[in-house]
Amino acid sequence: MFGSSGMAEEAGMFKVHQTIGSVLCCKCGIPMQPNAANMCVKCLRSEVDITEGLLKRLVLVHCPECESYLQPPRSWVKLQLESKELLTFCLKKLQKNLNSNKVRLVHAEFIWTEPHSKRVKVRVKVQKEVLNGAILEQSYPVEYVQQEHMCDSCTRVQANPDQWVAAVQLRQHVSHRRTFFYLEQLILKHGAAASAIRIKQMEQGIDFFFSNRSHGVKFVEFIGKVAPVKSRHDKQLVSHDPKSNNYNYKYTFSVELSPICREDLICLPPKVAVSLGNIGPIVICTKVTNSIALLDPFTLRHCFLDADQYWRTSFKSLLTSRQLVEYIVLDVEVVSSEVTIGGTKYRLADAQVARVSDFGKNDTIFNVKTHLGHLLNPGDYALGYDLYGANSNDMELDKYRGLVLPEAVLIKKSYEEKRQKKRGKPRAWKLKSLEMEVDDKARVDQDKMVSEYEQFLKDLEENPDMRFNISLYRNAEYQPSEMASVTDGDELPSVPLEELLADLDLSEDEDGEDNMME
Amino acid sequence: MATRLQFENCCEVGVFSKLTNAYCLVAIGGSENFYSSFEAELADVIPVIKTSISGIRTVGRLCVGNKNGLLLPHTTTDQELQHLRNSLPDQVLVQRIDERLTALGNCIACNDHVALTHIDLDKETEDMIADVLKVEVFRQTIASNIIVGSYCTFSNRGGLVHPHTSIEELEELSTLLDVPLVAGTVNRGSELLAAGMTVNDWIAFCGSDTTATELSVIESIFKLREVQPGVTMHEMRKSLFDSFL
Repeated sequence: MFGSSGMAEEAGMFKVHQTIGSVLCCKCGIPMQPNAANMCVKCLRSEVDITEGLLKRLVLVHCPECESYLQPPRSWVKLQLESKELLTFCLKKLQKNLNSNKVRLVHAEFIWTEPHSKRVKVRVKVQKEVLNGAILEQSYPVEYVQQEHMCDSCTRVQANPDQWVAAVQLRQHVSHRRTFFYLEQLILKHGAAASAIRIKQMEQGIDFFFSNRSHGVKFVEFIGKVAPVKSRHDKQLVSHDPKSNNYNYKYTFSVELSPICREDLICLPPKVAVSLGNIGPIVICTKVTNSIALLDPFTLRHCFLDADQYWRTSFKSLLTSRQLVEYIVLDVEVVSSEVTIGGTKYRLADAQVARVSDFGKNDTIFNVKTHLGHLLNPGDYALGYDLYGANSNDMELDKYRGLVLPEAVLIKKSYEEKRQKKRGKPRAWKLKSLEMEVDDKARVDQDKMVSEYEQFLKDLEENPDMRFNISLYRNAEYQPSEMASVTDGDELPSVPLEELLADLDLSEDEDGEDNMME
Repeated sequence: MATRLQFENCCEVGVFSKLTNAYCLVAIGGSENFYSSFEAELADVIPVIKTSISGIRTVGRLCVGNKNGLLLPHTTTDQELQHLRNSLPDQVLVQRIDERLTALGNCIACNDHVALTHIDLDKETEDMIADVLKVEVFRQTIASNIIVGSYCTFSNRGGLVHPHTSIEELEELSTLLDVPLVAGTVNRGSELLAAGMTVNDWIAFCGSDTTATELSVIESIFKLREVQPGVTMHEMRKSLFDSFL
């Protein structure tokens, strides 16, 4: 009585194997498997069109200059043809229509169209429930017509290519450009000027131009974090649309860096000296970040001045590194033990020094206190400020009555002798630079620039903490010299190889293929 | 021969009429069209009776009968019972039975020899069916549906069952009923066969939505076509699935 094949169920019941019979389609009469509608698929499809009421033709607004598509109401998004993102973008436009018609999206893919045909075709497969439970699946093509329309930013660029919206003017009223070399490297490392459309080099500063006010603000904040600055901002009305009440402005930010630089000799105004705890009025600036670090070389006392604090009672330096004079150390007598202040070691010592210009000619010898006791040995050369011979015209100095000025203040050890030997040989490392326009109208002394840059590089070599924030790249042209170097008492400070970054060279270079690449 | 008609714009003809070999019950409609269609075909052969059962017009689904008798639910009024007793020929036994499931037409499907019933039917009702209708009673399901009276319809010559019925079940039912069966639809793919059409040994009435394919299936399985051995018949036969004993 039961069917031929039976399968034993887990419950132990004898279950008959059911073969589904076939019925005739009620419309066309072809034999088929019974389904919820009891019509063959073709008849069902002819009866019901689930793509009825769905959008088949849509418009995409495209900017030909920057290859981006408009996402209403205002943003433009860059998309490639036949990419996944473009497919998502196109389908999003359909989604609302699909949901309102209660069809479900199952699959979508691009149909190839000519790139210049201004048509994007997508084949979409949808499912919908029809006629008492049967789910019908149908695929249909959707055509997107691409309309060309320039986006706002391209229009503005086209109208005036030099158009900027925000400008940041960085200025430092000193006679050298050391700070700007250092800032340039910092900016490169952090990519702060990535959104700048133009960078211009001016006398005593650099101008940065941005196409967006927020980029300018971000840049000013970055500078504020790395240097003590005082800034102000202004805006100028460019155009006004009375109908929609849109105002277009040009924003300018004026950023002034403090004129105090590393290794400067400063005479603090009496008020400042008192507020800092009666630190000796003659101090050296040891480090400038977003605060200024001052060191009293005779007592080894140090203090920090915030950007706000400095600008409230601003002062100028007495002598700058231009006025450094070379001394030769005749005798060193250590007075105190080594201390570490802010990461650098100092040691108070009494030194007997003579100016190199005097040495051998006359007997002018100075006995000075210095903080470089840990570095100096008799016979070394040092750089310092010659207060004995200097004729300072400083207001602050006059305020102090009865101040005894030291005859000389030593700042750093000089490696000039050793550098003589290495003159002309290239360094193992190099630095990148920003693309700057140079203003022809400004007086540019080429030799001065070159020597200042050289000095900056020497500074980098001598100070590891300065290198901290900068990326140094391996120089492809450097070959270590074959000659065995004659080792003196101490080596010339140089950048250890571990600190160098391998320069990722993506351009087509003949020697770019060697193992200097990552 | 199969006729297509409608009852007050509804294609479910089997709901509003009950056709057997000895009589025909028809519901009272607003216009006489429905009754006239039946009358035109059957008037000189069997009595066509206009009635309601317990005041409801869906006579086809509330009662069950064959040439031997007619069973009515307990909700039938006395007047209706009397009317039917008067109108029907004497050899037809009219009986009102006490059954919890009052839609007897949906629960029981029968011809003159065999009946298939709902599996929850009372034992007394089953005995009654056997006595009054003089049939053999089998409790069955069709394609996992328990209301057998809706999903299958059969006469003494053939039968039509729910389209999702499997082949094994078809064979089993065919054995029970002793008639050839086929799985099919009526009224453009509707699975409720007994509600969509009514049939006896020589004539069938279907809803007007029935497609030509369905009509040809009905005509062939119930053997309603005049016997004409022709090429077209044989061609038709080949494309149909039949299960003969």
